Amino acid sequence: MAARYRVIYCLNQFFGGLGGEDKAYQPPQLIDGALGPSILLERLFPDIEVVASVVSGDNYLVEKTEAATGEIIALLAPLFEAGDDKKPQLLLAGPAFNAGRYGMACGAICKAVQEHFAIPTVTSMYLENPAVEEYRKDVLIARAGEDVMAMEESLKNMAGLACKLLQGKELLPDRDGYIPQGRRKNYFADKTGAARAVDMLLHKLAGEPFSTEYTMPVFDRVQPAPPVSDMSSARLALVTSGGIVPRGNPDRIEAASASRFGTYSLHGLSAFTGETHQTAHGGYDPTFANEDPNRILPLDVVRELETEGAIGSLHDSYYATVGNGTSVANAEKYGSEIAKILLADGVQAVILTST
Amino acid sequence: MSKQIERAGIPVVHACSIVPISKTVGANRIVPTIAIPHPFGAPDKGPEEEKKVRKELVQKALRALATPISQQTVF
Amino acid sequence: MAIARGHIVVDDVLFGEQTELLERVLVLDKKALNDFLLSRDERIESCLVSIARPGDSTRILCVKDVIQPSCKVRGDRLGVGRRHVLENVCVITCGKIVGFQEGIIDMSGSGALYTPFSTTLNVVLDIDVVPGLTPHQHEETVRNGGLAAADFLGKAARSVRPEMMQSFAAQKELPVSPDLPRVVYVYMLLSQGLLHDTYVLGRKAGEGLPRIIDPAMLLDGAITSGNCVSACDKNTTWHHQNNPVLLELYQRHGKDLNFSAVVLTNEPVRLAAKEDGAKKTISLVRELNADGVILSKEGFGNPDADQMLLTRGLEQAGIKLVAITDEFAGSDGSSQSLADSAEEADAVVSVGNANERLLLPPMEQLLGPVSDLDKLAGAWPYSLHEDGSLEVELQAIIGATNELGMQTLSCREV
Repeated sequence: MAARYRVIYCLNQFFGGLGGEDKAYQPPQLIDGALGPSILLERLFPDIEVVASVVSGDNYLVEKTEAATGEIIALLAPLFEAGDDKKPQLLLAGPAFNAGRYGMACGAICKAVQEHFAIPTVTSMYLENPAVEEYRKDVLIARAGEDVMAMEESLKNMAGLACKLLQGKELLPDRDGYIPQGRRKNYFADKTGAARAVDMLLHKLAGEPFSTEYTMPVFDRVQPAPPVSDMSSARLALVTSGGIVPRGNPDRIEAASASRFGTYSLHGLSAFTGETHQTAHGGYDPTFANEDPNRILPLDVVRELETEGAIGSLHDSYYATVGNGTSVANAEKYGSEIAKILLADGVQAVILTST
Repeated sequence: MSKQIERAGIPVVHACSIVPISKTVGANRIVPTIAIPHPFGAPDKGPEEEKKVRKELVQKALRALATPISQQTVF
Repeated sequence: MAIARGHIVVDDVLFGEQTELLERVLVLDKKALNDFLLSRDERIESCLVSIARPGDSTRILCVKDVIQPSCKVRGDRLGVGRRHVLENVCVITCGKIVGFQEGIIDMSGSGALYTPFSTTLNVVLDIDVVPGLTPHQHEETVRNGGLAAADFLGKAARSVRPEMMQSFAAQKELPVSPDLPRVVYVYMLLSQGLLHDTYVLGRKAGEGLPRIIDPAMLLDGAITSGNCVSACDKNTTWHHQNNPVLLELYQRHGKDLNFSAVVLTNEPVRLAAKEDGAKKTISLVRELNADGVILSKEGFGNPDADQMLLTRGLEQAGIKLVAITDEFAGSDGSSQSLADSAEEADAVVSVGNANERLLLPPMEQLLGPVSDLDKLAGAWPYSLHEDGSLEVELQAIIGATNELGMQTLSCREV
């Protein structure tokens, strides 16, 4: 049997089996051999040998990226002191599916490791993962399903891509299931440009699907709204994607991929407390929020500032959803609906808090 | 969400822990906060000190709302 | 009324005593050609004639224009009658007019894949002019010399029986199928004055455009190139003679579409002129009741603005459009490709990233003004290595990213 590919595998605290949100600040640790999903990976791809696993808390990585990736490089350095036939050849991270923080962690690790050790890296994410935009140009990201239900197919796709990469084969985004890296590359098509142009025009005229060969750069940016001229007379509203809801979560807002937002009264409330409110967010450790929901949505100090005259008045309700794997399309829909209500009430400024 | 509200002409300050995501989704006024599970909290400090930190962050957010900008700005 | 093009296939070109076509071999009397060129224009001091064949270890430098030799054998009006065309033969003019911008043709090796002229039999004219000419006079001398040489060679085709005839009907005689979409070709010509001009019916393209023109006239040689712009996406006279969009539209007329008209438009230098040209072009296309438009381009940078003005305006007028362009996305392909963009440009054919780098192997023979070849070293976008290999961007190769869509090259995101 030919020599197997020697691979380092990176996981977050959850997939690495350390624990849930309570371990999200766990510093990186190195574990011998395969772990969690990479055990399945070795079974699916006998050519791959997971020589070591790195498990880290994803909050730790995202909030202290530089320090955390430095720690990982230090942990891995001894592996690269081995002889050429023992050195790791590749690093895999994820799949992170649609989890934003896990995605950011995977992207950061891959980028740091490929720069430092000059080995290829591959991670795996759902197309809408916010880390995709941040890292796709630097890091090869295999396409993954939206959540853990798609573990096996996502692993197969990532490992298939990795093997091709190690064999030095040319990669193409559609064919090889990875997210395009924003690099334009020439190739020879079957037909001349003129013939392709006429074909494309006929499809366009017939209302049939066609693919442009160069997509105009889209900058989905909104012109910044003009500033508030006099804050002391302005009406302010509070919105959060951090999932602060009245105790019991009356609207049953989902802990992830929220399908709705809630509208909740602030009438007569000078602050949130652990007795009145809680978090419905499934993507972070709820301890701090449940102890004091003002840590997510700072109602207590906003009321103080209102009393002191720093703001004119506070809109009578706040709006909450859970921004955890929630699709961009849904978030936009909630934003538009909230905007209508705010306009009707003469709101002039908004604080939106996210975790 | 922040973009849709801004499209309606109301300035939004996005207070969040992970600035790169906010930048990617296209918020215009961004105020970095403390940490993911407690953007406006400092549980390691005493209650009074924590509230002071929180108030400073909110004041910073209000200043951002009152600042004219022409492009994405991290305060 | 139509122009019939008779294709006379040539298998080889040799020097000989008399210029004639013998059994698919073009024999060329070099001295007679030389005498002819020098006698008709006293500004030519000398002319070196060489032959470059496909597969030769030959690099042609400072290529100014490429012309297909042909001969009108019947009819005295453009677009009507019969023209004999020498297939597989090109006249290539070289001249160091504005530095090394003129571009290169490699007859073999990796660079040969990118230019149409590595597969043709090329009669290369390295023309030296008398001292004291302005660049404009220099350009004119070389341009007219090349056209005259193509006529000289074309005469050999006069009485030869063509192997294939192709007829292109005058626009107004193309039958209209009411159930097929009406397609107009908007043909952008570079027209930016000194050394950046194109000539329509002998006049500068800056004058009298936009206008509707009969495609049969275009395939009878109505347009000649006077450009000294970037090699990859300048349309040589050969490209205008063999415009692939025209040929494609003729071929598909009556089957997939109605080829309704050709509108020639220019790429002027001032924004007001660009806006004015776009406005007039759009109104011409609207009057033609076009359903769809193919929009080709020449050059890059400010012509991107012309292309986007036209795309935006025509799409907003409800006319579906496909634009052909090349890209300047940086050598690693990660920069923005165009100088301008429009939301409406949702159907674009890319003919390649001209910034992509190529390493061209050393060649045994160099043609063209090679006396100060060492100046190539380090001169962007060229870089001459010690072993004679040349690192270039694709933009140095003649016709590599032709925006009439002559090549199969394209570009995609990876």
